[in-house]
Amino acid sequence: MSDLADLTIGEAGRALRAGETSAAELLTAVRRRATMTEAQLHAYLTIDSSGAEAAAVAADEALARGDDFGPLHGIPIALKDNMVTRGVETTASSQILAGWHPPYDATVVTRLRAAGAVIVGKTNLDEFAMGSSTENSAYGATRNPWNPDTVPGGSSGGSAAAVAVGSALGALGSDTGGSIRQPASLCGVVGMKPTYGLVSRYGLIAFASSLDQIGPITRSVDDALAVLEAITGHDPEDATSYRGDLPSFRSHLDRGVNGLRIGVVTELAGQGTEPAVAAAFREMLDRLEAEGAEIKELSLPSTEYALSAYYLIAPAECSANLARFDGVRFGLRTEIGETVEDMMAATRRAGFGPEVTRRILLGTYALSAGYYDAFYGQAQKVRTLVIEDFASAYEQADVLVTPTSPTTAFEVGERTDDPLAMYLSDICTIPSNLSGDPGISIPIGLDDAGLPIGFQVLAPALGEPVMFQAARAVETLAGFQARPALASSEGAA
Amino acid sequence: MSWEAVIGIETHVELRTDSKMFCGCPVDFGSEPNTNVCPVCLGLPGALPVPNEKAIEWTMRFGLALDCEITRESLFHRKNYFYADLPKNYQISQFDLPLCVGGHLDVITDAGERRIGITRVHLEEDTGKSTHLGEGGRIGSSGGALIDFNRSGIPLMEVVSEPDIRAPEEARAYAHELRSIVLALGVSDARLEEGSMRFDANISLRPEGSDGLGVKVEVKNMNSLRSLQRALAHEMERQAAVLDAGGTITLETRHWDEEAERTDAGRSKEESSDYRYFSEPDLVPLSVGGEEVESLRAGLPELPAETRARFAATGVEAVAARVLVATGLGPLQDDAVAAGAPPAEAAKWLTGEVTAHLNREGIQAGDVVLGGPDLAELIAMVASGDLSATAAKQVLDGVLAGEGSPRPVAETRDLIQIRDEGALAAAVAAVVEEHPDEMARIAAGDVKLVGFLVGRVMQATGGKADPRRVSELIQEQAAG
Repeated sequence: MSDLADLTIGEAGRALRAGETSAAELLTAVRRRATMTEAQLHAYLTIDSSGAEAAAVAADEALARGDDFGPLHGIPIALKDNMVTRGVETTASSQILAGWHPPYDATVVTRLRAAGAVIVGKTNLDEFAMGSSTENSAYGATRNPWNPDTVPGGSSGGSAAAVAVGSALGALGSDTGGSIRQPASLCGVVGMKPTYGLVSRYGLIAFASSLDQIGPITRSVDDALAVLEAITGHDPEDATSYRGDLPSFRSHLDRGVNGLRIGVVTELAGQGTEPAVAAAFREMLDRLEAEGAEIKELSLPSTEYALSAYYLIAPAECSANLARFDGVRFGLRTEIGETVEDMMAATRRAGFGPEVTRRILLGTYALSAGYYDAFYGQAQKVRTLVIEDFASAYEQADVLVTPTSPTTAFEVGERTDDPLAMYLSDICTIPSNLSGDPGISIPIGLDDAGLPIGFQVLAPALGEPVMFQAARAVETLAGFQARPALASSEGAA
Repeated sequence: MSWEAVIGIETHVELRTDSKMFCGCPVDFGSEPNTNVCPVCLGLPGALPVPNEKAIEWTMRFGLALDCEITRESLFHRKNYFYADLPKNYQISQFDLPLCVGGHLDVITDAGERRIGITRVHLEEDTGKSTHLGEGGRIGSSGGALIDFNRSGIPLMEVVSEPDIRAPEEARAYAHELRSIVLALGVSDARLEEGSMRFDANISLRPEGSDGLGVKVEVKNMNSLRSLQRALAHEMERQAAVLDAGGTITLETRHWDEEAERTDAGRSKEESSDYRYFSEPDLVPLSVGGEEVESLRAGLPELPAETRARFAATGVEAVAARVLVATGLGPLQDDAVAAGAPPAEAAKWLTGEVTAHLNREGIQAGDVVLGGPDLAELIAMVASGDLSATAAKQVLDGVLAGEGSPRPVAETRDLIQIRDEGALAAAVAAVVEEHPDEMARIAAGDVKLVGFLVGRVMQATGGKADPRRVSELIQEQAAG
């Protein structure tokens, strides 16, 4: 065994049960990796040493007396810092929540604890999950472990970087427009956004409620399944949580792709895609075809408008969701002014970063009397069209595929002054947030600069079984084994 | 010029469900501040609302009681505005798809019965409660503010009337009838002084006979039915004076000052917020099936108008029937009648002595220590001659004071009338003997003196003689 920090969740679980290691040792390994890499990466905002140690001890004791809580038992997991943790500082990377210790756990946190997971700490993100590079953090940017001069993607960049480098074996991210899948792609790991409603949002600090969904970031498709199974299920605390029976996510896993109808979305696989990304994507299509898959080009005409619609709907919802950060009950409060309203305004001005402020303003404008129909109302109509487009595409194909991101990791600072260029990072991932469908990114190779390329598989709502079927085939065909330069516990070169 | 008022009323009713509208916190009044709170009703980051099905059901029931249509697929919206006692800085309310639309309410005033249209009945959440502290407890000065979030998230039902109300008295009757329905359905205690039922009115004037609409003024802060009527009467006068002087009415909100008996201008409506309504993405549409609506309709209790009609049909006077329903004494009337009391007689006692008792003690009908069988017994004792009317009132006082049921109270207080003819005749004979002159004058036709002698007999018997019978006996003797 090389280093425990480089194991998948599956491998670590087998080693634990074989008595070759312990939860305490796994925790020590990922923390040693964090110690070696954090100065360069800054994947974490908070490492909960005492909480994690206690959880690891409890996990080892439980296993010793024969209580096995399942695949995540004893596994060190990181949480994006927009999921609230009782008593552990939660900031969503915003100054406005500096020092806030929530009085309750998010449902996903409760479920992870019940599954025996060891929560290592809270990872960095773009402030309130708004961004595609994890540069919009009030506490400093996260870097990409494959090349620290590049971004890890975002907004779940801290989670993706931690999993890629081995300072956690798995992590949770949240995906509003691609914030799990795009950083997973840029960091060479697996990232999955479940069907909207499958995972409870209770305790997820909302960005855009109708789009937000929590999901796993891991080093393998199997690991993604293990984490997903631990966190899904109806939650009475979330009114949008899915109430029906859940499909077995593994039912199609090993069926291969022979006869599978795979649709390539023309609008999302062409212009604007870097040549290396396009080449790797096409090569994977050829391999899938060689395995017996039926590859067909499909058009989703509404995706042309999806980005615009997204950048009205998400800001509109965020303008209301972020209204509660007013200095009255929690978090930052500036000096009391003449009036309560003065204090609220000053607190918000001081506490929110520029991208968050930009989106709140955009959203407020889009919802204003006289503009609602032209902006928010129109965007909702586009959303309906996107849903209809997907529905007709899924009549012709079992899954749809695209590159996850049109580019590999870009340089730090490259897009920070150009919000529109930054927004284009999510062109391939945003449509399935609008439709509420599941999607997964699987690493399939590296470009000439040694940066990872991701392949995205999309499926209809509750189509996780067929999505995992295709994803597993892609993973096997890609045979992606490369590890980032920084993934070493021996110290930076 | 002669002006006609055009009035519409918005009513907010706090529902007395066990838990709040979007969380499990108890709906409980009088708790220590900020004890009935949780992440949801404090608007903490990450918290999500889950709708209270009971509150939704109650609101639909209320809408059905007003003959509203139930919206098959209704929506919650976010109403956005910043206010320190609104934790999320948006209120979850309803906008273009409220639970209930298009009903009506028939109200009775001295001018007769009129039908007032109901625009909509919808559901929202209440805000927290701010208390502004100033030096010496002065409100509004710079001493800071305290916020109690116990009220935050309590289900609030809003009932909006059409501008069909034409007079302050009619506004009061509308509010009164609405409150009676709230009480009949048991969805709220509807205590106006405590704010669990609140009224805002929009009022404008137009020349009598005109169909146009004038500029309206919103009047707030009326915490009794009486102040609702007075505030509107005052506002009518104020607007008429402005218009008669050739002035124009400003679109604005005015607050009723009960002590000063005037309305004062608040914020101007033109400056009011743009609430940026959009559908609440944390909640799913509320779907209601036709069967569910019919089962809710079938489960409605008897409504005030039906109760009044039923009482009237048993011979209770219309006015008494209204009081029985208004005071909430209807169930006691039914119990008394079931125990054998004649309806008109029972209603007379309930709307007279018992209602006076409620007012005197400041208590609700449900708090009265008087059962229907007690009232029936009391009435029977008067009818049989066991109690005089005066004694019966004393017995009732005893029953209401918790001394027991009527017969034991009458016995303990020694108020049972003498029904033994012999004893009565002896008492009369004694008085007659003492007053030969008066007897002679009675015999000569001066019947007014009968009363005097009856009084003497009553005095002699400690009030326990039946005055009617005594009167008969005296007249028989005088004639004899």
